[in-house]
Amino acid sequence: MSFFLIFVLIVIGVIVWAIAQYNSLVTLKNQVANGWKQIDVQLKRRHDLIPNLVNTVKGYMEFEQETLQKVIAARNAAVGATGVADAAAKEGALSGALSRLFALAENYPTLKANENVKQLQEELSSTENKISFARQFYNDIATKFNIAQQVFPGNIIAGIFGFTPSELFEITDAAERNVPQVDLSLKK
Amino acid sequence: MAGTPANIYEQQSANRRNTTVVMAAFVLFVGFLGFGFDAFILGFGGEDALLAYPVATILALLLGGFSAYNGLQSGAVSVLRSAGAEPAPAEDPRYRQLHNVVEEMAIAAGVPKPQVFVIPDGDPNAFATGKDPANASIAVTRGLLEQLTREELQAVVAHEMGHVRNYDIRLMTVVAALIGAVMLLTELGMRTMRFGGGRRKSSSRSGGGGGAILFVIWLIALILAPFISRLLAMAVSRQREFLADASGAELTRNPSALASALEKIDAAVEPTRSIKKGTAHLCIANPLGGDINDREGFVADLFATHPPIRKRIMLLKGMAYQHA
Repeated sequence: MSFFLIFVLIVIGVIVWAIAQYNSLVTLKNQVANGWKQIDVQLKRRHDLIPNLVNTVKGYMEFEQETLQKVIAARNAAVGATGVADAAAKEGALSGALSRLFALAENYPTLKANENVKQLQEELSSTENKISFARQFYNDIATKFNIAQQVFPGNIIAGIFGFTPSELFEITDAAERNVPQVDLSLKK
Repeated sequence: MAGTPANIYEQQSANRRNTTVVMAAFVLFVGFLGFGFDAFILGFGGEDALLAYPVATILALLLGGFSAYNGLQSGAVSVLRSAGAEPAPAEDPRYRQLHNVVEEMAIAAGVPKPQVFVIPDGDPNAFATGKDPANASIAVTRGLLEQLTREELQAVVAHEMGHVRNYDIRLMTVVAALIGAVMLLTELGMRTMRFGGGRRKSSSRSGGGGGAILFVIWLIALILAPFISRLLAMAVSRQREFLADASGAELTRNPSALASALEKIDAAVEPTRSIKKGTAHLCIANPLGGDINDREGFVADLFATHPPIRKRIMLLKGMAYQHA
């Protein structure tokens, strides 16, 4: 009798544990999806800002048409990206093209003095920051999600309900890895 | 502290552990005061038990909790108003950068963007308030905007975002509730003592010796209670400052920027007049100026809301070294 009672208690305990595990995996999965959406929002914002920037600086930087063309091309490629890995690669290329443009802009004092350009630069560098912080958050939470699926005994629940590890947003473009250190921060 | 400096994560788990220890001590202390009151004055637990429950303990905690909860509900608005904080419109080009920085840190912390306020005060300082991350506000002084670079501003906002994400406003409310309970018990205890010790004699269940010694210890604890509860509260506050520093460093991955921001804030000699004493524990640095927080020393350290700024800078530089 008491053996049966203990058996029932153990079964109940295992069920409660399994539910808790399942729920925490679902929560993490949603946080990962939300983190990805955040990156997406910021990427869109960057895509919208770039034509603006290019139009504003075009007049000042007539000798840098090629660089401007590259930024526009990289931007258009990034808009059409699909999936995490593809987006990471194309956004990386765009970041590289943008930082080259910013580095060149340093040579044009009248351009740098323009209020409009200053504000656009603040917006763009903030968007760059937001992208990297969103990526940092996404990668942290995705790593947590992946670890929760791999460690024992959580992996049993993950296996039963078919959870799959999330892809990390990794920098694949060599150009971005060697971003030139340009301080574009506007000192107040 | 010896050996390799702690990294961002070790620092945070050490601070969380310390908070738990101090909070446990605090709860035990309030429990001791309350049960003592019940046992020695109301006769709880004796043969002729007046009451079956430790009424005084429960009542003190309820009243303390109630007043603290009230403070939490109306807290953010009154704190911002008393500091003279004004909403910073996002469209205003002067506050564009501040809004961008706050949004960046909200993204890094994975919390909604808090409301942004500016305090018209030339001294560099900042604080966060609000009952949870969804209802948080961050206020910075005009002096902070003027004197810090973008990176340093980001670091200070990250520290405040750390307070928000770690639910420090809520934790300090619990601390306020415990202090309220202690004050109530001390007040009632002292009053009853003066009128002749209540039902103490009838409740000496352990019979003489042991009970009397316990009573004396309780009486001493009661007399020292306001002092001890303040010490414990400040210990919690300091742990949360270290924790917010490390959390901020985790968000920006740039501990050196916070270190240099703290150096600038430290160099500003004027106290932040707009920020009142009650808000001190939520600020980036003690707004009352360097009178307590700068003077390193055992006694001074025990009563400060913030750890010595030089120690914070040293720990941050250690994290930067680990991170590089």
